[in-house]
Amino acid sequence: MSEFAQPGSSKLAPTPTSGTPPDHHSLVHVEGLSVETVAGLSIVEDVSFSLAAGEALGVVGETGSGKTTTVMAMLGYSQPGATITGGDVRVGEVKMTTVKGREQRRLRGKVVSYVPQNPAGSLNPSMRVRDAIEEMLRAHQTNGSAPPVKDALERVGLTGSEEFQHRFPHQLSGGQQQRVCISVALVCEPPVVVLDEPATGLDVVTQARLLDELLRLRRDAGVSMIYVTHDLAVVAGFADRIAVMYAGRIIETGPTAEILQRPKHPYTRGLLNSIPDHARPRRLEPIGGVAVGIGDRPPGCAFAPRCPLRIDECDAAVPALRLVGGLHATRCIRPEHVGPPEFTPPELERAGSRQATPLLSVSNLRAEHRGRGEVVVAAEDISFTLNRGECVALVGESGSGKTTIARTLAGLHRLSEGRVVLGDEELAADARKRSRAQRQRIQIVFQDPSDALNPRHAVRGAVARPAQILRGLSRGESDSEAERLLGLVRLPKGIGDRYPAELSGGERQRAGIARALAANPEVMICDEITSALDVSVQAAVLNLIAELRESLGLSLLFITHDLGVVSTIADRVLVLEQGSIVESGDTLDLLMSPQHPYTKSLLDAAPSLSKSLSSAGSGAS
Amino acid sequence: MSKRLRMPRLTGTLSGKIGLGMLAFVLAVAFFGPLVSPHGIASPIGSPGTPPYGSAPLGTDYLGRDVLSRVLHGGLSVIWIGTAATLLSYALGITVGLIAGYQRSLIDPMLMRGVDVLLAFPALLILLLLVAGLGSHIWVLIVGVALVQLTPIARIIRTATLEVSTHGYVEAAQARGERTAAILRREILPNVAPVVLADFGIRFGFSIILIASVNYLGLGLSPPAADWGLMIAENQQYISLNVWSVLAPAIMLAMLTICVNLIADAYVQTLGRSALPVRRRRFLGTRTSGLSAQDAIGEPPPSEGS
Repeated sequence: MSEFAQPGSSKLAPTPTSGTPPDHHSLVHVEGLSVETVAGLSIVEDVSFSLAAGEALGVVGETGSGKTTTVMAMLGYSQPGATITGGDVRVGEVKMTTVKGREQRRLRGKVVSYVPQNPAGSLNPSMRVRDAIEEMLRAHQTNGSAPPVKDALERVGLTGSEEFQHRFPHQLSGGQQQRVCISVALVCEPPVVVLDEPATGLDVVTQARLLDELLRLRRDAGVSMIYVTHDLAVVAGFADRIAVMYAGRIIETGPTAEILQRPKHPYTRGLLNSIPDHARPRRLEPIGGVAVGIGDRPPGCAFAPRCPLRIDECDAAVPALRLVGGLHATRCIRPEHVGPPEFTPPELERAGSRQATPLLSVSNLRAEHRGRGEVVVAAEDISFTLNRGECVALVGESGSGKTTIARTLAGLHRLSEGRVVLGDEELAADARKRSRAQRQRIQIVFQDPSDALNPRHAVRGAVARPAQILRGLSRGESDSEAERLLGLVRLPKGIGDRYPAELSGGERQRAGIARALAANPEVMICDEITSALDVSVQAAVLNLIAELRESLGLSLLFITHDLGVVSTIADRVLVLEQGSIVESGDTLDLLMSPQHPYTKSLLDAAPSLSKSLSSAGSGAS
Repeated sequence: MSKRLRMPRLTGTLSGKIGLGMLAFVLAVAFFGPLVSPHGIASPIGSPGTPPYGSAPLGTDYLGRDVLSRVLHGGLSVIWIGTAATLLSYALGITVGLIAGYQRSLIDPMLMRGVDVLLAFPALLILLLLVAGLGSHIWVLIVGVALVQLTPIARIIRTATLEVSTHGYVEAAQARGERTAAILRREILPNVAPVVLADFGIRFGFSIILIASVNYLGLGLSPPAADWGLMIAENQQYISLNVWSVLAPAIMLAMLTICVNLIADAYVQTLGRSALPVRRRRFLGTRTSGLSAQDAIGEPPPSEGS
């Protein structure tokens, strides 16, 4: 690490476009980076930023904004089908974009290392923890200076015991897998680490612990970090500076507190307004329209088609990144019109004002997983009532049994004990044994929209099917019903003919919702329906759900691990820990004054924009 | 399952074009050949094993019969027996595999042990036993070949079904109370069939070879029937006399299997283009150059940002 700790940076001219301090300690310097597809379409365009030793930069953007492509270029790497066509990436004194072959491989992991998004898919399932770390060491032939495997593991907060070193990836939890990935990335002590959505897929408590660990590593080892995410709230408490990307360009960059409090680009403001916040429940204001794809980026400002502040000049040319005070730069020509993020409290007349007519009541539900002779209790003694028109949230970490409960209610998982009563009829445990009317009244929307839609069925057919099966509509009737529902969930015309693979994640989830609505249900079970979506898309889907609930009189059982989401949509909350309900209550009461220690720990761990804002505010002043 | 096998799509690929062209030629020979054949197939027209000459452009076979006429007559039986046997093996194999993979309980082990028993016997032995027991009727031959071919199809489909059954769209169908048959046909079959349909060409070729072998052993079609497989078998000892007596039917058989393979390839390609997100993503995510394992510390995430 020593050879990179003090890079001579006399060549480094301060660039007004990068919004970076013109200091002489910048360790990473990216200038005018462009990446194109083989077909010549631009993925990333004119991206410049720099990073000082020990600094953390948050790169934020939606799916398709080019953030992963940008950070991969830090390793001189481009995905198959893409090439780095211009610009410089300098780390220390090494130009990552010009070195090739063996030399390039020597630098990767030694100078910059990469922590991938999906730890389960990134660790070789046939390699033990120790081998994974030693492979990295061997590749860089560190002669004894590197810490032994034990230290490397302990540095990221894992136990370094022999037993642990001999485990295979499948014997680790998701959080442990991600720590092992980080340990591998850090073992050669690179001065820069690129983290690509490392906390996505981890539950809040694990995520909070991981972020703490990263903060500690930064402080102790002085590692510079680039943290890629789609969620501003996650980096709010972590990064020194934030770069917001849209359509392949950095559209705003500046110190974290500045960006959060005084965004100067309407897109950044839109993102901030999309983030649900449990500490300060708010009405979400999603960004209208959809992100532009590669290949149909407009000649002017790429955000203009969705922008509330758009004027004719916006379409003329791509706005340059210009300073708007301090280190804060934006690609908006009307930054003075961009207001601070809004925290409009949600309308919360619901909970008390509605007459409580019980619709779905669950008593003493117990569900188990059986396999290879062992029985694991997934949920036990679960009792609750869902009133007509109400939204009850079921909250818990992964493994708390919330999805099993959802599936049991939908008749997809064996009910071991207890009763499920819908209206005045007791439901059979198995969906096949329920009557058609009963199946029609209760519908489920699944977590992963790409998994929930059959890749071989066009969207219209998929949506029409429940109407045929459960409402007895004819083919023609169900098709026009499907078209009506696709419109109701705000999908563009003509999408019915397309296949799920041709849809974006948000569009797929809307189709999934339309399919559930096609049965004309009374109860809709939403199983983590936004966890696979970007925040801005999530906001739009949440608002849609709230609207549908209002207009169709739906009762919702909303399953999630995200307390922020809960705060925007639920009337009541049930907190689930290891298969049992440990606390329940009205949403606001529960979020503001949690009683059970588990609820408190969940609330502490959940990222909150308003908490970061207030701490950033006090830090800045 | 043939919903997606549309001709315009197939002709969009090079292998589809070539495959369909060759298939048209082979079918034309098989169907219209008998109408234009210059001689009969049973009676000799010259001395055995004569190389090509004037009125017999492909010479004569080991009994002195006209090779060209026999080639023109010999396609129909191969094509239809081969097609019938292969289709039957697919129908049975897919059905067994789907049911075994989806109904885990008792049906799975029962069906799969049955399949394993079939697997334990050499292919030819099963055929010989059937022919010996039931007589050498064409239907016996077709069912026999189908039984032999069924095992790998059933096993592959069962494994694929196990995987596909865990997807949300299958659960959604269960939750709305679809009948098992409808779930298997609508939700699962379209997602598992491509795995085995891609090998249609190879399995078809194998069926033909099996039939030819049985014919060669004198248990299938009996002489003087003209059949490309039978012709190769009959004439191979006399190949030095007139090479065309073996080569001509062999070329026709080769063309038949190659064109079926090409069409199967084109079918898979057209699938990859439209409806198989998994394939596409895997392709994008695969590292083909650049980073090696120790550098990247894992795989760059797919599709994101591209």
